[in-house]
Amino acid sequence: MSAPDDLASAVRDEPAAQEQAEQQAQERTKPVGLGPVGWMRWTWRTLTSMRTALILLFLFALGSVPGSVYPQRSVDPGRVAQYFKNNPTQAKWLDRFWLFDVFSSPWFAAIYLLLFISLAGCVFPRALTHIKEIRRRPPAAPRNLLRLPHSEAFEGGLTLEEAAAALRRRRFRVVTGDGWVSAEKGYLRETGNLLFHVALLVLLFAVGAGGLFGYRGNVLVVEGDGFSNAVAAYDRFMPGSRVTAESLEPFSFTLKDFQASYVAAGEKQGQPLDYLAKLTVQDSPTAAPREVDLKVNDPLDVNGTLTYLIGHGYAPTFRVTDGKGQVAYDGPVPCLAGDQATYTSECVIKVPDAQPTQLGFLARFLPTTVPNGDAWVSIFPGAANPTVQVFPFGGDLGLKSGQPQSVYQLDTTNLKPLGKMSAQPTPLNVGETKELADGAGKIQFTGVKEWISLQITYDPGREPALLAAAAAVIGLVLSLTIRRRRVWVRVKDGTVTVGGLTRTEGGGAAFAEEFTQIVTALRGDPPADDPSADKPDGGAPDAPTGNAAPGARPDEE
Amino acid sequence: MPAEVNESLATLSDQLILATVLLYLAAMICYALDLAFGRARTVVAVRRRQLVGAGGPALPEDTTGDTTEDPGPQPAAWAVRAGTIGVVLTWIAWAGNLGGILTRGIAVDRWPWANMYEFVVAICFAAVTAFLALLIRQPIRFLGAFVTVTAALGLGFAVLFLHVQAGPVMPALHSYWIAIHVTAAIVASGLFILAGVCAILYLIRKDGRPSVLPSREGLERVAHRAIVISFPIWTFAVIAGALWADRAWGRYWGWDPKEVWAFVTWVVYAAYLHARATAGWRGKAAMVVSLVAFACLLFNLVGVNIFFSGLHSYADVPK
Ligand code: HEM
Repeated sequence: MSAPDDLASAVRDEPAAQEQAEQQAQERTKPVGLGPVGWMRWTWRTLTSMRTALILLFLFALGSVPGSVYPQRSVDPGRVAQYFKNNPTQAKWLDRFWLFDVFSSPWFAAIYLLLFISLAGCVFPRALTHIKEIRRRPPAAPRNLLRLPHSEAFEGGLTLEEAAAALRRRRFRVVTGDGWVSAEKGYLRETGNLLFHVALLVLLFAVGAGGLFGYRGNVLVVEGDGFSNAVAAYDRFMPGSRVTAESLEPFSFTLKDFQASYVAAGEKQGQPLDYLAKLTVQDSPTAAPREVDLKVNDPLDVNGTLTYLIGHGYAPTFRVTDGKGQVAYDGPVPCLAGDQATYTSECVIKVPDAQPTQLGFLARFLPTTVPNGDAWVSIFPGAANPTVQVFPFGGDLGLKSGQPQSVYQLDTTNLKPLGKMSAQPTPLNVGETKELADGAGKIQFTGVKEWISLQITYDPGREPALLAAAAAVIGLVLSLTIRRRRVWVRVKDGTVTVGGLTRTEGGGAAFAEEFTQIVTALRGDPPADDPSADKPDGGAPDAPTGNAAPGARPDEE
Repeated sequence: MPAEVNESLATLSDQLILATVLLYLAAMICYALDLAFGRARTVVAVRRRQLVGAGGPALPEDTTGDTTEDPGPQPAAWAVRAGTIGVVLTWIAWAGNLGGILTRGIAVDRWPWANMYEFVVAICFAAVTAFLALLIRQPIRFLGAFVTVTAALGLGFAVLFLHVQAGPVMPALHSYWIAIHVTAAIVASGLFILAGVCAILYLIRKDGRPSVLPSREGLERVAHRAIVISFPIWTFAVIAGALWADRAWGRYWGWDPKEVWAFVTWVVYAAYLHARATAGWRGKAAMVVSLVAFACLLFNLVGVNIFFSGLHSYADVPK
């Protein structure tokens, strides 16, 4: 930091001075013909310079942009697959540059790691300097206080002790010397700035740790069914690399009921209003069951493992009787809604146990059915008049091939439609049965259930991340609102000279006001109407408070 | 959640917003008259001082501009009065804007910034509020014409292209976080708009030439002040958004397009603050950086809702 009584550099605000010194240092150590140590020093200096930080910040911003342009695997794997289907060559190239995984890509990691190394390399030396600064006494008064950006002189009987006391009362840190008082205030600015930058480092670690020790999983649960928290129970489970099966919180629940309400009429007809899932939860296998209302924005919390309601849909129930008269399937089938406004949903029923041939069905579920010409459509997402259109197939479902199959897709390569296939088969009402052609059996639409999809997460980094973020905001506010300022008072032969200096960019105008108040307090008389009247050297004639005119801020260059 | 909408209040809200647009335009004309005729001589006066300064030793006052309203020798009195009328009109329009927001909120019985129309209306209100609040203590009347025209354009855009009927919102928006997160985003955006207007004027303004605008330093100072206030608010808004996402979606940060752009905006404003502290980047370069950040902010507001799909798809943009 600048020598305290070196006025020229004290007037300039610190980072700039620091930056210049840095630059000079860099110039001196340009790695021409330097040994390895010199190179390392140069690299470190360059990496931790403010300019590099600035460039890395830009790269950081620029690097995240493709993450919003291209679909991301971590956000929506379905859309990535779609992209591969639509533009295979382009997708291959994009994938080579990790553009579908921007935020876990090596190049993105390189940017933020460099940035954070730069940050650490910048912050820790500054923290040491700051600790020294805090311990140091305010610097001695410069020789000519009237040359400071804010200054004033007046006649009076003020003693040094009185001046020191007045400044202490204003919470300045004060030292007294031979004929002068020196006071300084606003150390919290740098403290805040350091707190902010360190908090960012902590935030990065918390996010990283959360990723390693936490997990995330999705599961779909139909009304009446249950879930217990074990890896095998998930439809999709994404553990951090440090998660073991035993570390899963052993809770379980059953979904008793799910209710969705929608706007009934008007322009926004069909817009969802509220979702409510009624659960019976057991926090551990031995715990007493408790009733929980699960809602959006209100997750279930079991010792830090959180269960979120993130989606819902219909699961019509069917009973399939095969050609031999056996009930080969009896239960719900989750359907996916293609259209949120009507909840027209599609599902697949696979009946591998049916005899003599395996049966498969495509079904279209219409929650509120109305006829529309030769067709039927749904006009509302609520289940006011539920029907289902069934498209039956017989043959080989292809389940034995060993290839994993989606439960939402019917592989029709070895299946034959049963009977005449129509695009709009007559829909079945609840309780109605459709006889299958060729004596293959029958299918009954037995009822309507709903399913919910849940996300279950455990992230031990959340709370540390929140604390770090809060610290960052506090640090930021301190660093942006507090001014670092010094005031000196010199008493000689009945003349009191006061000089002031703010070392904070942008603080000049506000400091001018504070400085005037300090001078008024030191004079001990009520706020003067025209303080320039008794100013011995006049100062600038159009500036009532000496150099401290509101617009004049030479301390900012 | 009540689904009924008080239709007459909703209509009143629409009418208030229309009236507000007209009032902002009227205020803009008054400010423009003040700029064009009320300040001309002031500028001559300032220029004279600058010339003196250029010859003699560089006095600090000469380089730091004339944002302190310099009475100068007698500007046209009617034009100055036009400026005052502009301020009065802006306050009235501000009240209309506020009324429009409140009536819509009461009509639907929820926080009135849950879709893009409401959000843009609220941001225009925040920008004008920021201007008026700063105007109480700072001589920034010169900004009036630019702020009111921005607000009028923003509101006009909202009314013409974004308007949706007042109504209830998606379950994910039933949360007190909308009051915290979205309000912070609105306040910060309003201040960023103020800074953006100053930055654009900064680039238009040529140094050393007479102009109705204050000096570049003066413009830069207002822009900087606005950003210094809004940056922590924006930071808070992003964090509050993460907290809300943690409640609603099961993760606090998931690189959803809206999150990506909020982050980009934040980083570029941080870059602006660093640029100010880096030798060689002050002045014009820093102002350009602040405008890049501002462009990111606007893109997040408009572009992301239109071009990208994501979880933040409540914007409810009319098709
Ligand atoms: C993760 C990246 C970073 C972010 C988001 C960030 C953010 C900020 C912000 C918002 C400020 C404004 C506070 C103020 O103006 O007083 C600031 C100031 C500062 N930052 Fe950073 N920073 C980052 C990295 C760095 C790095 C790598 C360095 C060092 C090379 C650095 C050095 C500084 C310095 C010296 C200041 C004080 C400037 C001043 O007083 O105006 N920052 N930083």
